Amino acid sequence: MIERIKVGMADLNVVKSPGILVTLGLGSCVGIALYDEHVKVAGLSHIMLPSSKMIKNNQNRAKFADTAILLLIEKMLDMGAKKDRLKAKIAGGAQMFTSATNDNNLLKIGERNVISTLEVLDSLNIPVIAQDTGGNYGRSIELYAETGVLLVKTIGHGIKEI
Amino acid sequence: MDFLDGMHLDVLKEIGNIGAGNAATSLSKLLSRRIDMNVPEVKLIHFNQVEMVVGGAETLVAGVYLEFTGDIQGTILFVLDKVSANNLLSLLIPNYSIKNEDDFSPLERSALQEVGNILAGAYLGSISVLTGLSIKHSTPAFAFDMAGAILSVPMIEFGQMGEQALFIENIFIDDLNKIESNFFLMPNIDSYPIILKALGVYK
Repeated sequence: MIERIKVGMADLNVVKSPGILVTLGLGSCVGIALYDEHVKVAGLSHIMLPSSKMIKNNQNRAKFADTAILLLIEKMLDMGAKKDRLKAKIAGGAQMFTSATNDNNLLKIGERNVISTLEVLDSLNIPVIAQDTGGNYGRSIELYAETGVLLVKTIGHGIKEI
Repeated sequence: MDFLDGMHLDVLKEIGNIGAGNAATSLSKLLSRRIDMNVPEVKLIHFNQVEMVVGGAETLVAGVYLEFTGDIQGTILFVLDKVSANNLLSLLIPNYSIKNEDDFSPLERSALQEVGNILAGAYLGSISVLTGLSIKHSTPAFAFDMAGAILSVPMIEFGQMGEQALFIENIFIDDLNKIESNFFLMPNIDSYPIILKALGVYK
């Protein structure tokens, strides 16, 4: 039986092949998948907010793009991964509702989450090899530690492997 | 300590209790029939317990979203599962029959948006009367998607304050149908002191 680990909102986890990491119903949140092909170690983080720096209550490192990525890398290194071998795939960051006034920061949070995630990964020299972000619909994702494949499922917008 | 464990929780609970009665009355008027509503339950959940709201992150739900502005700012989200939404529509639309199991027609969407509009008006009206604050709200936006994705909107708003989200569970019942809905009312951080001051909690 293949281990299937669920990653909740503001949560992260790591697994070795042949395990699978799953996060369900990403909306404006972003799913960040890191993978070391050499040792087949996978890590998945489900972040809610772009940065821990502007928030007072920031103890939960898994909640913010900046701190979650660092924590995820730490956990992957503990399992034998090497930082310079890590590759990233990201999904989510949708805008679920369109605002009448269109200047609401909360609604644009999906976009801000994606931008921050890309910036943090770039600053760590981790290449983003695939991305399925934006739009106005939810996504469920599965990361396979055996292959590094990220499966993205939606309602009415198809299923794809990235 | 989690931000929402303290007085903000009490404020939101009080608003929920006052607004709910008003909401049931408004809905009864709209439907021209008696709608019973149970005592609304104000619930606090951790982000990893989204399942507890609507039965699973991938459960399909309808969401109606509004923004409010004026003396205080914030957002409102009204969430219904498909069965409850259809039960509600059968009360709103004469000779209603479900045409599509997997989606909503434009008429159905706008009917649900109107209910969201009325409930938002009822809750905000109660706050306004109680506090003397002037509040107006935007037109509603609609989405039908995975519960996790829809609920990420209020979760992120609450996520700026702590690890939990607060919402009001309303169950409306007419003679035949049960309509379970969840109502998220989220003043932004800066609005709490204004509400508290208006309520006379602090000077």
